[in-house]
Amino acid sequence: MRHVLSAIVQNVPGVLAHISGMLASRGYNIDSLAVGETEDPNLSRMTFVVVGDDRVLEQVRKQLEKIVTVVRVDDISAQDHVERDMMLVKIHAPAGGKRSEVRELVEIFRGRIVDVGEEEVMIEISGRESKVEAFIDRMRAFGITELVRTGRIAMVRSKSAAPDSSSGPQLRDSSIRSYIRKESD
Amino acid sequence: MAPPKAATEKNKLINGADILVESLVRHGVDVLFAYPGGASMPLHQALTRFSDKIRTILPRHEQGGTFAAQGYARSTGRPGVCMATSGPGATNLVTGLADAKLDSVPIIAITGQVTTGAIGSDAFQETPIVEVCRGITKHHYLVTDVLDLPRVMKEAFHVATTGRPGPVLVDLPKDVQLEKYEADWDVPMNLPGYADPSGMRIRPEQVNQVLAAIKRAKRPLVYCGGGVISSNASEELREFVRITGIPVTMTLMGLGAFPARDPLSLDMLGMHGSVYANWAVRDCDLLLAFGVRFDDRVTGKLEAFAKHAKIVHIDIDASELNKNKAAHIPIAGDIKHALGELTRCVEPKADIAEWVEQVQQWKREHPFKYKQDFDGILQQHAIDVLSQITAEREAFVTVGVGQHQMWAAQFFKFQHPRRWLSSSGLGTMGFGLPSAMGVQAAHPDALVIDIDGDGSFQMNIQELATCYCENLPVKVLLLNNQHLGMVVQWEDRFMAGNRAHTYLGPIHHAEAHGRGDDIYATERYPDFVQIAKGYGCGAATVRRRGDLVEALREMIEYDGPFVLDVQTPYQEHVLPMIPSNHSVDDMIVE
Repeated sequence: MRHVLSAIVQNVPGVLAHISGMLASRGYNIDSLAVGETEDPNLSRMTFVVVGDDRVLEQVRKQLEKIVTVVRVDDISAQDHVERDMMLVKIHAPAGGKRSEVRELVEIFRGRIVDVGEEEVMIEISGRESKVEAFIDRMRAFGITELVRTGRIAMVRSKSAAPDSSSGPQLRDSSIRSYIRKESD
Repeated sequence: MAPPKAATEKNKLINGADILVESLVRHGVDVLFAYPGGASMPLHQALTRFSDKIRTILPRHEQGGTFAAQGYARSTGRPGVCMATSGPGATNLVTGLADAKLDSVPIIAITGQVTTGAIGSDAFQETPIVEVCRGITKHHYLVTDVLDLPRVMKEAFHVATTGRPGPVLVDLPKDVQLEKYEADWDVPMNLPGYADPSGMRIRPEQVNQVLAAIKRAKRPLVYCGGGVISSNASEELREFVRITGIPVTMTLMGLGAFPARDPLSLDMLGMHGSVYANWAVRDCDLLLAFGVRFDDRVTGKLEAFAKHAKIVHIDIDASELNKNKAAHIPIAGDIKHALGELTRCVEPKADIAEWVEQVQQWKREHPFKYKQDFDGILQQHAIDVLSQITAEREAFVTVGVGQHQMWAAQFFKFQHPRRWLSSSGLGTMGFGLPSAMGVQAAHPDALVIDIDGDGSFQMNIQELATCYCENLPVKVLLLNNQHLGMVVQWEDRFMAGNRAHTYLGPIHHAEAHGRGDDIYATERYPDFVQIAKGYGCGAATVRRRGDLVEALREMIEYDGPFVLDVQTPYQEHVLPMIPSNHSVDDMIVE
């Protein structure tokens, strides 16, 4: 079982080392870990993808919560949520030749070409893990020269409006949401 | 530097070292164990300025300081404090901190650090001690700004002593120790992620669940541990048992939580626990696990442990629940509060008389035993006699790790909590003497006895100097079999008696190769009496059975620290024994 845990932690030196050390020393299997500041400069958010059964997940969660600088831990995957993984990738695509084919695929996957060199292009793409991986597969044929991913980040969706409610902003909100859902699938 | 503040309090500019020491005083610390060095000299200078309020004891090794702090903390319930310099001083604290973490002992460890500018440059005596200690402390700080110091100290004491207690490390660079600052003591803590201990209360529906389970049970058993002692819940436990009449077994950490001489006490359970406690666990239908963590030395094979029982597990640390053994009723809460609530509502158990009679019959038929007619002094015998002749003194007993530790747990009868100090989780040899020293510092008039083995004793034997020089009249009952007895026992049981570096005498002796022809090692080494006397302590050696009581009395009455070297055989085994990862059915009794 794959779970996405999100931890709010105090933004103090060593907290990442503490958490990754705890996970390693207790032998928990972490697929990905992403760290960044939040809207509050005193707090950071860490997103973990943990593989294991419910018992492992419960332990990981409690052990995380026990760390004094960890403020809160949420199991995001237990709720309706949005998950993203961002990637920068350099593809071997000399001018002319296959470059237009690459451009076409980038468009289909809703990525962007962010840098163009003589022999290579750099592509930015984000989405669910499966989408990013499908894109990587497509790109292999051209030749991947360099690749970097952020690791998963995730956020719980806001409560949806009731079906009969038809106020403007909510409508717009839910239409955006359905767009995002489609895009990510 | 902060601008001067309005003189609301009588603040003045003092340096970081003074702030640290004054904050110790403000938190009620009256003694600490500190070994100086380059990076902690300002702290020691500050300690001399506060010497009317705080006693500084100089151990002879930083590890001794950590265990002395533990002795202070375990025997009083108040945080123990130790201090060391940077680098090797700091790394010498590591074992004591790991030990305190596993046994949940509140310790404040302070280390000097190289100056902030030098950190990371591989400076002389620099170690990243916070990095080293992350996994073995409850919390840790590297203080790089003197302004943070009052808050950090406040948080350190709060974290160390609340919830599940544990060690907190404060690493203080030398320049921060010397920086001047007008201390603001009234600072708020910044611990948004630290659970408020007042929230650790059992909820009424949980109380009802447990009460219902107790009501239904026909063969209930209390399995209690160190949590009952750390939360000072011994009185509540006794009251709970007085009302319900449910028998009690204790872990190594829990000894003293319930009086050993009470008929409902089933003594210790687990690998070297009593037959009757382990059988009671096997047959019980309700296991009331209070302040315990289902350690492997208690459970053996997990699937077979209490397999017919409904398990109620109450612990202040939520991560202990369902960690090793799934509980039917897991409750995260303070056991003192929980037992108080349960005791208010629980009814006497009239329907368990048969069960109680059963376990008491087992207790009569299978007591802890040793050869009564042995012509000499067996370790168990020495402990048994010591327990009897000190019964009125409410002595404090510390131990090292190994056979003597298990025998002390089996044969010394503890009636009160916090009288028994054992490195239980980490199993650190060398714990006995320094921890006894810490107990003595906290209780100057008490009888404090380190029951030790010759292996463990030599791991911190240098602390005899501290005992002598600091007037800490600790008594050492040295059960000297010239071997690492517990490992010898395993060699005998599981490795065909092949001696693998378990003899503590010269390697040319026959015993070093398992070819000794006596039950005693023939040539004794080292001469502990001479060593003890060299340190200024009283000392004697005893071998004849008839001399034991007199020798013990001489030790107890001696005015000062004393080592009684008891010559014992080395082929005694601690029994009963459930081999590692086996079940009660595999218990060895002969």
